[in-house]
Amino acid sequence: MPTTIEQANPEHPSGDRRFHTLDITLQRHHYQPDSLIEVLHKAQEFFGYLEEDVLIYIAKSLKLPLSKVYGTATFYHLFSLKPTGVHRCVVCLGTACYVKGSQTLMDRLEEKLGIRVGETTADGQISLLEARCVGACGIAPVMVIDGEVMGHQTPETVLVHAQNLENQ
Amino acid sequence: MDVSELQSMAKQERDRQKPHRILCCTAAGCLSSGAAKVKARLEEEVNIAGLTQAAEVCSVGCLRFCGHGPLVAVVPDGLLYEQVTPENALSIITALQGKATEAILTDPHHPFLTHQMPIVLENSGKINPERIEEYIAVGGYQSLHQALLEMTPADVVTEISRSGLRGRGGGGYPTGLKWATVAKMPTGQKYVVCNADEGDPGAFMDRSVLESDPHRVLEGMAIAGYAIGAHHGFIYVRAEYPLAIQHLQTAIHQAKHYGLLGSQIFDSPFDFKIDIRIGAGAFVCGEETALIHSIEGGRGTPRPRPPYPAEAGLWQCPTLINNVETFANIVPIIRQGADWYASIGTEKSKGTKVFALTGKVNHAGLIEVPMGTTVRQIVEVMGGGVPDGGTVKSVQTGGPSGGCIPAAELDTPVDYESLLKLGTMMGSGGMIVMDDQTNMVQIAQFYMDFCRSESCGKCIPCRAGTVQLHQLLSKFVNREATLADLEHLEALCHMVQNTSLCGLGISAPNPVLSTLRYFRQEYLDLIDQGQKSLHQPRVELGR
Repeated sequence: MPTTIEQANPEHPSGDRRFHTLDITLQRHHYQPDSLIEVLHKAQEFFGYLEEDVLIYIAKSLKLPLSKVYGTATFYHLFSLKPTGVHRCVVCLGTACYVKGSQTLMDRLEEKLGIRVGETTADGQISLLEARCVGACGIAPVMVIDGEVMGHQTPETVLVHAQNLENQ
Repeated sequence: MDVSELQSMAKQERDRQKPHRILCCTAAGCLSSGAAKVKARLEEEVNIAGLTQAAEVCSVGCLRFCGHGPLVAVVPDGLLYEQVTPENALSIITALQGKATEAILTDPHHPFLTHQMPIVLENSGKINPERIEEYIAVGGYQSLHQALLEMTPADVVTEISRSGLRGRGGGGYPTGLKWATVAKMPTGQKYVVCNADEGDPGAFMDRSVLESDPHRVLEGMAIAGYAIGAHHGFIYVRAEYPLAIQHLQTAIHQAKHYGLLGSQIFDSPFDFKIDIRIGAGAFVCGEETALIHSIEGGRGTPRPRPPYPAEAGLWQCPTLINNVETFANIVPIIRQGADWYASIGTEKSKGTKVFALTGKVNHAGLIEVPMGTTVRQIVEVMGGGVPDGGTVKSVQTGGPSGGCIPAAELDTPVDYESLLKLGTMMGSGGMIVMDDQTNMVQIAQFYMDFCRSESCGKCIPCRAGTVQLHQLLSKFVNREATLADLEHLEALCHMVQNTSLCGLGISAPNPVLSTLRYFRQEYLDLIDQGQKSLHQPRVELGR
């Protein structure tokens, strides 16, 4: 069971040091319930995704009902409650990219990786995701691999990128 | 900090700058095309050529010609290079010494550049957004000084009202009126919020402003705070814009360091601080009441208005919410006066508008034009029309909340009223060109898919309506629709429009209604094609 709020600086029983880093974030925000989204951002950064244990811990620390924490975490697209792959391969499906054929890029990648958008390959290496505009419309169509934006993509270039990821 | 210190800082910076400045665009677009490597190589070449006294390489914000990046400009020589590679670096440097260059030079008289009227983007691509000194050198923070020490809060509100500035987030509500409403609320805790949740797919104006000139937005917000009596501001920015967030954080830090934010700014009794709030990917948070809930740390669901945020906003306090571009217009209005600003644009829409011109167009990028410029001038003259000899079929504005402008209406001037008349809207400034290969029903389906997944689920017309509209549109795309479906589609559009709680639902049917208005035949053709294939005998395969 996670620690209770009564303890000012609780040590998580699992002994996971990442909870300690999360504590520092919580302290910086003075345990203000308003800081929930900031805390969730940080938690996802530390843990990779928001597992149930983490949500319970945050709820208790911020003195919020778990339903509110869970409701907020599931409301926003950027919070993930499932682990994602080692590499994140994002195809932008914003209007500018869509008009320039990004749906075809996505179809080719789904075919190549053998997964649907939103899924992760069986070996846990690559997650295929969609974005609703990354704001780089001037160089559409765009894909983002592990945070690096790449413009002017074609069905051929995305397959090369995917192959490179698979080889890593 | 007082005004003489500000001026001496500006002078120091101007004296420090080298005679030739090689400006590398390192905004998100060019950065992803490899601008960082280009910049590093240019710095190396300047050192090797021993030109460190005569030239310097600087990072700047958006140089606008995004589709042709990475871009490098040289001032005061007035040169703009496009599609620069690290290999071009040497020849750009030798060109400074009068030799011919191998790098691709952009025609300085290109209509994309000459038809622009930079007011919001006046510093974009000219200053290093990460150095407050460069902002101060071009007159930065002098408008804040002028407002705080030479004007009363009421004077500031009057000036903004007289300028005729209207909200650039899409709605077009008069900014001065909004400020006056919040200013009239009883003294106490009030907030200024900058809406930088630029969610419209295909729009990147606010990202460019934040990345290229963050101090201008901070200064505009501080002036707004003074005018309405608020001491605390929030910038709500999308998490998808990491560079904009980083530049804002740097800018706030620097402004605080020099006492341009914080307590007793310019030794006046005015205190103002700004915090950043980072979104988490929800389109609906661009709606002001949803945005407020998100800043408060909860689900970004809207609530009915009234009460408007001006009366009861953040933590139930009076709150002024304006968009990034609106705040970016404040500094020039204070500096050059309301009359000057009101002389630009049309009778009801004053000033300029920044558009992100994208889609099937030869020259994609960022443009700023006076209100009243025609769509044709933007798309065909500045944007150079459709590539590979195609023709423009329609121009989409206003994102998923807007509609399309058909080719026949390209001579419409861009101002709030004219676009509304066409059944679309100004929106935040995304302008997506579609060519004759584009299937408009598919585009309507695309937008409905977007609204369906972005609906927050609070009210039924939007939650269930967008799903049903998407199903109906899919029937059309799959050629399974009948005339009854067309009737149903129209009726449902009006229902969702009339009964939804917030702007998302109210405007979600717009792309459908707009394509029905101008491209009805495409819907009918899809019905026809479906009917015909029904009457064809089925071919049994493999037997």
